[in-house]
Amino acid sequence: MSAMSLEKESLQSMMQEAETKLSHATEDGVAANDETLVISLPKVKTEKKPMSIETKLRNDKIYALMKLALPPMFGILLFLGIWTLISHQTPVLPGPLNTWKSALDLFAHPFYVNSPDDQGIGWNIVASLKRVALGFGLAALVGIPLGFIIGRFEFMSRMCAPVIGLLRPVSPLAWLPLGLLVLKAAGPAAIWVIFVSSIWPMVINTAVGVSKVPQDYMNVAKVLNLSEWKIVTKISFPYVLPYMMTGVRLSIGIAWLVIVAAEMLNGGAGIGFWLWDEYNASNYEHIIIAIFVVGIIGLILEQTLIAIAKRFSYE
Amino acid sequence: MKSTLTNTDKAMNKITDRYVYIENVNMSFETKKGSFEALKNINLSINQGEFVSIIGHSGCGKSTVLNLVAGLLLPSTGHLFCAGREIAKPGPERAVVFQNHSLLPWLTCAENVYLAVERVFAATETKAQLYERVTAVMALVGLSHAADKRPNEISGGMKQRVGIARALAMEPKVLLLDEPFGALDALTRANLQDELMGIMTKSGATAVMVTHDVDEAVLLSDRIVMMTNGPSATIGEILDVKLPRPRNRLALAEDKDYNHLRSEVLRFLYERHAKKAA
Repeated sequence: MSAMSLEKESLQSMMQEAETKLSHATEDGVAANDETLVISLPKVKTEKKPMSIETKLRNDKIYALMKLALPPMFGILLFLGIWTLISHQTPVLPGPLNTWKSALDLFAHPFYVNSPDDQGIGWNIVASLKRVALGFGLAALVGIPLGFIIGRFEFMSRMCAPVIGLLRPVSPLAWLPLGLLVLKAAGPAAIWVIFVSSIWPMVINTAVGVSKVPQDYMNVAKVLNLSEWKIVTKISFPYVLPYMMTGVRLSIGIAWLVIVAAEMLNGGAGIGFWLWDEYNASNYEHIIIAIFVVGIIGLILEQTLIAIAKRFSYE
Repeated sequence: MKSTLTNTDKAMNKITDRYVYIENVNMSFETKKGSFEALKNINLSINQGEFVSIIGHSGCGKSTVLNLVAGLLLPSTGHLFCAGREIAKPGPERAVVFQNHSLLPWLTCAENVYLAVERVFAATETKAQLYERVTAVMALVGLSHAADKRPNEISGGMKQRVGIARALAMEPKVLLLDEPFGALDALTRANLQDELMGIMTKSGATAVMVTHDVDEAVLLSDRIVMMTNGPSATIGEILDVKLPRPRNRLALAEDKDYNHLRSEVLRFLYERHAKKAA
């Protein structure tokens, strides 16, 4: 509390020096405070020679914030600049402004349904997420226990190594015809593709984690004469968790990567299908919007999993 | 060979006389370059309640001896016995205090100890009794205040004390200590040595400690087993430490017998079995 009041005091002294309209702004609330600070700081520097500790701290804070925020902002601006430039050269490619306007229209009504082939973007996203959740969930259900078994028993590791080595590098879409053939429907085939292409990072990372459990911990288990169940729950699983989460993160990344391609080929609802459909309908702005939507959702999925992984980390 | 003064009465009994018994043990490891003979012809018998140190240069296989007694390794030839039974695998009656404490970082100190307590006593005692054991042993090593902390939140000395608490909580017949204080600074080490002496007097357990610290060996032990250099290391000499207990490190520093014993060990290590600079 004392720090708060100190801050207010120094603010007030600064406000007296500043213009009256700035002091109005600070009364509006905390959000406005930051603004006035940024504006009034150069003044404080020039007028008061010996800088108070609080001002210095605040200066440092703003400097650190700028250091953090400026490079990404430059990056985005540069990206938009290049995009604009290219769209001027090739008129068929929509520029950022047109895309933005189109996106506003599109997201005004995300959840409409005209026909199974003509739904709002919201429903398409939901359809894709559902597929990913199902395919990825099945992969986790099979992959993580398999990883544990492979990591714990060398025989299993040697047994599975050639099969995994052979199947892992196969391109995700190569599995689609096989899925269609056996499952005889587009929906399950897409889920099958996600399952088979996203399972490997979870198997491999879990197995690596299990095989890396330090011998010291296993010696403890031996001296305490722990049961296999206790070894798994008290030693292997907690140790492996960070490895496993890395695998899960990679897997969900792959699943999201694959879904667009799978849906393009399969049809039905889904962001990938929608992208292709809009291309056929010559709504080129929508293609770019779809790309951004896929990117942003992928980013959110990844960040969510990183947050979860941090939560479970014991360090 | 009756070296212990405190247990002379017990030493009359045949089993207590050879509580831990190592008989003609040879140990070879298979390496890529062929077979490597680490230990050759080890014979040693340890009485109940005795504190025995194994000292030698690094690489002489002293930790291997300890791991054999722990049951973490099995001898290539020969036999090891504990309380009259052959040692075939690790077990809680031979608790190990590991060199690097080996606490599980995702469990609190109390949970680490509980894991051991649960394994040994859960079949015969209620949960409340198990928790009581944990509390008691944490108090014994002076760590009641740190019971709910994770290992990475406490100092190296405290971690090692939790390691000792975990081993003691199992009420082992034999306590095996593998360079327990090797990673600690000199002051912390001295403190823990004093504490260990007190704890061992209270519990009366048999202890085997591997160390490379001459002062530690003389201060704590009833006997010091000095090993020759490997490969094919064996027991070079056994030194009886007949200093009265309780021992005080300050008083001993001036003590004639203490310093004599100390120089005996030093002479063995640096004159007769000096290790060539690697």
